[in-house]
Formats: sequence, structure tokens, C-alpha cells
Amino acid sequence: MIDWPHYASEEGFVAGLAGPLGWYYLGVAALNLGAMWYALRRRRSRLEAVVWALMGMAFAGLGGLAMSGHPLVLPEWLKDACDRALGPVTFTLGAMAGLVIFYLGRRVLVQPLVSWTALNVSLLLMGASMTDPDFARTVSRPDNVPIVGMVYLLAFFTWLGTAQAVRNDERLRRGQGPVEAGFTDKVLVWPDVVYIELIGAIVATVVLVVWSLLIPAPLEEPANPAVTPNPSKAPWYFLGLQEMLLYFDPAVAGVVLPALIILGLMAIPYLDPNPRGSGYYTVDQRRFGWAVFLFGFLGLWILLILIGTFMRGPNWSFFGPYEPRDPHKIAAATNIKLCEYFWAVWLGRGVPRVPPESGGLQKLGIILWREIAGLTLTCAYFVVLPAVLARTALRRMRQAMGRARYWLMILLLLMMLMLPLKMILNWTAHLSYIVSIPEYSFNL
Amino acid sequence: MRRADRRPVAGAQGRRGPSRRGLLRITFSWLLWLGFAALGAVAGLWAAATARFLFPNALKEPPQRFKVGFPADYPPAHVESRFKDEHGVWVVHGTYRGQAQIYALSSVCTHLGCITIWQEEQKRFKCPCHGSAFYMDGINYEGPAPRPLERYAIRIADDGQLEVDKSRTYQEELGQWHDPDSYVPT
Ligand code: FES
Repeated sequence: MIDWPHYASEEGFVAGLAGPLGWYYLGVAALNLGAMWYALRRRRSRLEAVVWALMGMAFAGLGGLAMSGHPLVLPEWLKDACDRALGPVTFTLGAMAGLVIFYLGRRVLVQPLVSWTALNVSLLLMGASMTDPDFARTVSRPDNVPIVGMVYLLAFFTWLGTAQAVRNDERLRRGQGPVEAGFTDKVLVWPDVVYIELIGAIVATVVLVVWSLLIPAPLEEPANPAVTPNPSKAPWYFLGLQEMLLYFDPAVAGVVLPALIILGLMAIPYLDPNPRGSGYYTVDQRRFGWAVFLFGFLGLWILLILIGTFMRGPNWSFFGPYEPRDPHKIAAATNIKLCEYFWAVWLGRGVPRVPPESGGLQKLGIILWREIAGLTLTCAYFVVLPAVLARTALRRMRQAMGRARYWLMILLLLMMLMLPLKMILNWTAHLSYIVSIPEYSFNL
Repeated sequence: MRRADRRPVAGAQGRRGPSRRGLLRITFSWLLWLGFAALGAVAGLWAAATARFLFPNALKEPPQRFKVGFPADYPPAHVESRFKDEHGVWVVHGTYRGQAQIYALSSVCTHLGCITIWQEEQKRFKCPCHGSAFYMDGINYEGPAPRPLERYAIRIADDGQLEVDKSRTYQEELGQWHDPDSYVPT
């Protein structure tokens, strides 16, 4: 962790930040001037150029303010409101809603005027938030810096792909072929591609070297088998898995689900019967595939990494972006299993107990009876629901895919959906396990 | 064209040097042997070093059985953390199903095996990895841990001290906490 200067008082912290923040805003201003130049020379759009010039001037003004010791600061009430509003449920549902909005409004959202403004707003928020010590600490931890970069990279590439898809879809609707169909000129691997790769490799190496000099790798105290650091975080690319482990038995979250993710990704080419969209970007022709990708990759995997990186603190509690990381925060409540809900809460009876002296078969019978609600629910989810869907909502898909493919696809899809469902059930109803048979180490 | 150029040269050498070629061949085979021998030696050394690595020089394993003081040292509702660092054990004077007893809980979380922390203010064992929490009696109530912490065998030794035996464990979900070896009634 970087030791921030003058962390003792918030004013001192902000004062120490004046110089770097000023340069940051000036950098953003320069970025906007570059965009203005690009809009004038390449895109020949006066409107865009004017808007970028105005934004650039605004950022330059902010930079001057920051340098003179008055950086833009978020008001306390806004930070408090953010912390209070950003619970795990709102965070996840908000991200899902964002994806839906992105899907529906993609034609507008990929326009440069909108997307570049969004970038500017996010950079502005970033700068203003850096004046909050807790936010600054979280974001600038050497472990977390790459994740900030990853967010911007992902946003850029999602924008890039979607913008090209939107352009193609428009052409396809007008009866023209996709842009890529006009790419007929071939280039040579040697020297054209290899040169680009070589330069790419050199640039990446330089960036890595400079980065590792500027932000040294975080080393902690020597390992001690009797003490686990609090919080104990996996490397960032495993934080999604670690987050999954919160809601599932280790065997499920650590073995079954990762294996299914890999197998499922490998199975996609065999499951996908849609012949269109090969070799060019399109959304309209591959709606289902695109939606599943957005949901599964951005909406689950990346979201879980972001939660694990930025929102989890000591005791693995959930913290808002501006909230102090207090190790004694009490948030979660007692977990309840589905069998306890079913027997004790809904039926008002005791949960059936397994008498210690009962033998194998009798014991199994009692356990199955105890878990009857969870087993029925699981069965309904994985067997009845797909069968019903095949006759109703997904009928066309079922016919196009055939039985085996349809069932494989739908089971993988339901597995994926199970994750956010269980997360939300866990946060709202404190449901821990749907089927819980610790006697045989089976928990779902 | 090139081949034609080279051929006479090769022939000229061939005429002069059967002995030289034989010498070359012998030297070469010697070198080959030497090379393989060196390779084999290195591989052997490497394997030996790997095998040696499996037997560390210093293996300080705390004894499986150890004394933890007299029952009178433990006031009611008390979690003793003294033995955690060396032995990974909390010795607790608490209650289980209404019965006051002293028992030895393993500090290893039953989720994925991180080491739990005793938080006195909240009266809970908290796991820093995925946030599981356990009551003082070791029962899980929060987070993903699917079952309670495990107990170690505990008994009163001949000198009246409590003695923990880590070679035997007792799991609540298997009904083993009723085993009189898993606690000392108070
Ligand atoms: S290892 Fe303790 S909660 Fe996962």
C-alpha cells in the first residue's frame, strides 16, 4: 500500500495531492485538444471540435484550480449517498441494468459525442474522487492500479466492437454488405505483421519496465501459517472465483463451475447454429450470442473482479467507494438454509433431525426428506424449466438446435444464471444453501 | 551449378584423409559419450537435489498432544487464544446445547482452510478469506462455510491439567460432539 503523505488530516491529504491532480487535469485537457484536432482533421465535424475544445478548456481550468490548492472535491453528502446506495444488490442490479441500457441504446451510445463525453465524465469523477483518502487508497494500491486500467481498456474495446457492429448493422439493413466484406487487399506476414508485432512487444516491455519502477510490487510480511492476512485477496484474475466462493460450496465454486466455464467456452462453436456474423462485426444478426457474452463476461466475470478488488475490505465485508475500511464493520446477518426456511419458517415445524444412531439407508431417507424443498426446486430449475422453455419462449431455438445441443446450451446458461440468482438471494434473504447435506459434503 | 563446383573439392579431401576421418569419428563418439555422461550426471544431481528437497533440514512440528493448563484457569464464556499461533487451537469455555463445557476448536475455517480470527467485541470467529463467521461454540452462521469448526479431543490428564490431542477430530454435523472425548464438562 502506498503511504499517502499527510494522511492524518483530510485537508493535509488534499493539499499534498494538489500538484499531481493538477497535472492529471491538464493531461485530460490535452486529451480533449487531441480529440478536437482529430474531429477537425479526420472526422470533419465542427460540432464535435467545438464541444471537445470547451471540455478541454474546462479541464484546464480545473487543473489550474487544483494546482493552486483548490481541487474539485465531492461534497460529503454526495459521498455518503453513494456509499449508502451502493450495496451489493444495487451494484449488481445496476450493472445489469446498465448492460440492458447499453444493449437497447447501442446506436446512440456508440456515437463519439456520447461516448467521449462519458469518458470525460468518468475522468472528472475519478479526479474529484481522488481527493477522498479512502477512495484514493483503494484505487492506488499497487494491486488495484491495473484493474483501473482494465476498466478503461474494456470500455474502449466494448465501444470499438459495438461501434463497428452498429455501422455494419446499418449497412446490412440498407442491403449493403458489411464493411469487412470490402477488405480484399492482403498483406504479407513478413514484414508487415511481424513488424507490428515487434513494435508492440517493445512498447509493452517498456511500459512494464517503467510501471514496475514507478509502482513497486507489493510485498507483504513473510508468510505465517498461523495467521491469514485480513482481508486475504487472491490475485486479481482469480477475484471473480473468490467472490463465487462466497455463495457456493468450495467443491462447486472451486471445481465444478470453473470446469464448466472452460468446457462451456470450448463448446460454443459446436452449440452455435447461427451461420451469420462470421468475419464481420454485427449485433443484429447475433443478438443472443452478443447478449450472453455481455452478460457472462462483463456482467458476471468482470463485475465480480471489480467487486472483489474495490468493494471488499477487512473480513470480506462490502464497502462503498468512499467508506473507511473498518475491520469491525458488521454487515451480513445470520445465514439461513432453504430447508430451515421451508420447515421452520413456512411450515412452522422443526427441521427433521437425523438421530445419531440411525443407519445408512434410514439416515439417507431422513436427509432427503429434510432437503425435499431444495431438491424439488433444483429439479424444477434444471429439468422442468428448460423443457417448458423449449415449448414456449425458446421454441424456435429448440427447433433450430436439435435436442442435444439445446439441452447442453440451456443447462450451461442456467448454470450461469444461477450465480447472480444465488448472489441476490443470499444478500436479500440471507439464503446460504438451497440443498445442504454436510453429512455427505454436498451443498448447492 | 554450385554442386558441380564443390564436388571436386570433396573428392580431393576424400583421397587424402581416411585416417583423419576415422580419427574424427572416434573423437566425435567420445565427445558424444562425454556429453551424454555430463547430461546424465546433471540430471542425476538434479533428481537427487529434488529428492533432498522433500526432506527439509529443520522440521519443527509441535507435538500432537499438549497441556493447556487447569480447567480452573478458564472463566466461563472465555476463548483462549494463547495456543493458536503454535498449535492452531482455540481452547474455549463455552456452552453447547445448553451444557457448559471446555472444548478445543480448530482454527481452520471449514470453507477452504484459511485461519480464522477471534473477534472479542463481536464474539465471533471470523474468516478473512470469504467472510464466514462462527459463534463461540464453533457453529457457522454467516458466509459460505458449510459446517461448524472441528473439535479436537480434549481430556483431563493425570496431573489434573487439560490435555488436547490433535490426532482425533470431532465434527458436529456428524453428531460427534456428543462424544465425551470431545469436551470436558464443567
Ligand atoms: S476459507 Fe474461510 S470463508 Fe472461505
